[in-house]
Amino acid sequence: MTTTASRSHEEFFLDPQRCIGCHACEMACAECETNGQLAMIHVDYVDRAMSPQTSVQVCMHCEEPTCARVCPADAIAKDELGVVHSANAARCIACSNCVLACPFGVPKKIEPMKLMMKCNLCYDRTSAGRRPMCATVCPSGALWYGPRERMASMRPNSSPVNEFRFGLQKVRTRVNVMMPKGSTELVVDGTEAP
Amino acid sequence: MLSTLNLRALGWALLASALLAASVVAGSRNLQNFDGALAAYLFATLFAAFGIVYRYAVWLQRPPTRLYWRAGWRLLFSPRFPAYLAELARRLVDELALQRFIWKRSPKRGLAHVLLAWGCLSAFAITVPLVFGWVHFTLKAGTIDVYEAHLLGFHAFDFPLGGFVALNLFHALNWSSVLVLLGVFGFLRRRITDAGQISTQTFEMDLMPLVLLVLISVTGLGLTWDYELMQGRAHPFMAISHAITVILFLLWLPFGKFFHVFQRPAQLGVALYQREGEAGEQAVCPHTGEAFASRMHVEDLKQVTAELGYDYRLAGGGSHLDLSPQGKRAALAKAHLAARTESGAFFG
Repeated sequence: MTTTASRSHEEFFLDPQRCIGCHACEMACAECETNGQLAMIHVDYVDRAMSPQTSVQVCMHCEEPTCARVCPADAIAKDELGVVHSANAARCIACSNCVLACPFGVPKKIEPMKLMMKCNLCYDRTSAGRRPMCATVCPSGALWYGPRERMASMRPNSSPVNEFRFGLQKVRTRVNVMMPKGSTELVVDGTEAP
Repeated sequence: MLSTLNLRALGWALLASALLAASVVAGSRNLQNFDGALAAYLFATLFAAFGIVYRYAVWLQRPPTRLYWRAGWRLLFSPRFPAYLAELARRLVDELALQRFIWKRSPKRGLAHVLLAWGCLSAFAITVPLVFGWVHFTLKAGTIDVYEAHLLGFHAFDFPLGGFVALNLFHALNWSSVLVLLGVFGFLRRRITDAGQISTQTFEMDLMPLVLLVLISVTGLGLTWDYELMQGRAHPFMAISHAITVILFLLWLPFGKFFHVFQRPAQLGVALYQREGEAGEQAVCPHTGEAFASRMHVEDLKQVTAELGYDYRLAGGGSHLDLSPQGKRAALAKAHLAARTESGAFFG
């Protein structure tokens, strides 16, 4: 297959409020060659009893990935492009540390395979200059991949944010979340209604 | 380089190498049964032992690895010893011998891995005692067609040359080579046809190990080919090329992909930990209201993340890690909605 370099000027932008819960991204995600035909993206009802709100979550590819640091088997690695990869299949011992420690709730453990798998930014595509599968099919723009300037012109009243605070912990990510204009971080501090 | 040397690991590695060297001297009866032609293999094996123990000891010092290492042994020798021993035995067969979990990833991968793994393990089981001088053969006194096998210098058994036992004993490494080659070609096929593998694999971690195994197996088979069909004319070339490939493999063993062979048994300790967790209190997610992991695991992870420099404690008490993965995703979505709501526009 084509092995051109990743386009470093292209970034992933996530806007959960735009998610309409159509699950097209899930279907597309399962087509990603690196996932073994399993969908790694999460589409959730946020609180089904109270609201029809849905949300979508891809791996945010943290600068200091908690999943990799808590892995007892050194199975999770971040590469030079800033992509945090699925667990190395030869090393993963299926302990679930990454599943429980990821602040975004992203990794999935496939118990029969004794293997953690997660979104790896469609590495087969993005490393070859193509967009991730989910971003190619999202009809509402909740998932978008491309140049930052293009996103700025499309969403003039939003700012891309890649800094998060979970309680006392700050997390910087490769993937951006679209926030109200001027925002610099998204705070998740436990005050959200359970 | 010296500043990054891990002294504790160095100590364990030196001790292991010294013990191994001592066992070679003792097992070969002061080297009288040691085959000098195999000296290069011996030194490469000693280096591999040093490197493996060093890396393993460093690995065990990482907080999450240390957690499972200690918990695994503590649980095994707890009052539930009989139950956990039975669990270990079951998983030893199921996960390490039969490798069922790899078959679940794909039947072709499972088959290839079992062939490759057992080919390699059987080859090691045969060659290591020979290299160490723990096993050697002599012609039985007064005969010209009976061999004696000796183990650690003690007579073990006799077998006639040309018989079934001799054929399989002298060709056992060839059978191992065939298993390895079948497994390697299964994996090579996957690595050159699977687009996902092609995009993520690296030469040194994924392809070189397979190429090395092919070279070891082919040169090993070449030794038999040489003495069976070429009257030994190519023996120096075959012997040296085989030695070079095997020694490269041994020297690289602590650093490359094959280190996973030594890491994999950690899966057994994890299994005991999870079984202990299932029997105890469960952590219930404040968002979903459902149990999602053992309380012990969640609390241990809080400790491990703290040791690693993360602080997921919430200002109002509790921890972000008290949430299940689904709860964490919901918390993020709610925080995002709250920010959008506060700004006066859901979109922008």
